[in-house]
Amino acid sequence: MLDDRHCQDYLIEFSDYIDGELSPELCAQIESHLQNCENCRIVVNTLRKTIELYQIHGEDESLPENVRMRLFARLELEDPSHG
Amino acid sequence: MSAGLDFSDGFVKLLVSGDRQAFGELVDRTSAKIYALGMRMLGNEQDAEDMLQETYLKAFKNLPGFEQRSSITTWLFRIAANEALMILRRRKGDSNLVDIDTDDSNENAPREIVDWCCLPEEVLASAETQRMMDQAAGILSPALRMVFQLRDVEGFSGQETAEILGISEDAVKTRLVRARLKLREELSSYFNERVLKEKRNKNVG
Repeated sequence: MLDDRHCQDYLIEFSDYIDGELSPELCAQIESHLQNCENCRIVVNTLRKTIELYQIHGEDESLPENVRMRLFARLELEDPSHG
Repeated sequence: MSAGLDFSDGFVKLLVSGDRQAFGELVDRTSAKIYALGMRMLGNEQDAEDMLQETYLKAFKNLPGFEQRSSITTWLFRIAANEALMILRRRKGDSNLVDIDTDDSNENAPREIVDWCCLPEEVLASAETQRMMDQAAGILSPALRMVFQLRDVEGFSGQETAEILGISEDAVKTRLVRARLKLREELSSYFNERVLKEKRNKNVG
């Protein structure tokens, strides 16, 4: 659990902070808080890493060949890769 | 933008006019992404394939009415997202899938505070970790999972995600925060043990 009640207040802002979508004022407030709060630093770092891992995990997007063939057949389309 | 899928106006005109070859190209370029969304939302190949086929059958039928108010990619993903949610709804046997955003502010409170960022790459990228990540995403409600997939995995902007799901950008933001924090919690609880193990190994070595 985070001890400081401010931690809880900042928690929902961390997501926007990571995306760089906060106002400069709020961003500065959060950065100053992070300097003094190790727990929140860990939460921000692991939150960022969580997103990064899912992005890398999601890069593997391939359509199995048999699924692709059935799709083109169902749509009565010629598969351009077999043209 | 548009998850890395951009199509020229000329191409979209061909599509709307019913050009079969252009439609084939659309299917060729987008189907892997639509199928991946299906797999991540529905968790099995059969449902993902049903969703994939239904998406393009509906897209072809509705293309003549496409008014170009949104991009063709967000329009297509909107059909796909609706299909996925419809399959989940049928599976659950009720129509209430969207979990209402609760006011429970403690729900997001972190319980696991462990810095696992420095774990070795082979642990972070292992097949076991990937399975755990799929499981963790599967625990999210469909509403949270869908926003997370579209924003963070497919790379749609907040505005595009809002368009795809027919919800406000604020709702996208709220759901994204909750999804990210929940996933961070799940991953932290999983990696906690590995961090301890690494520390023990270091002390021994």
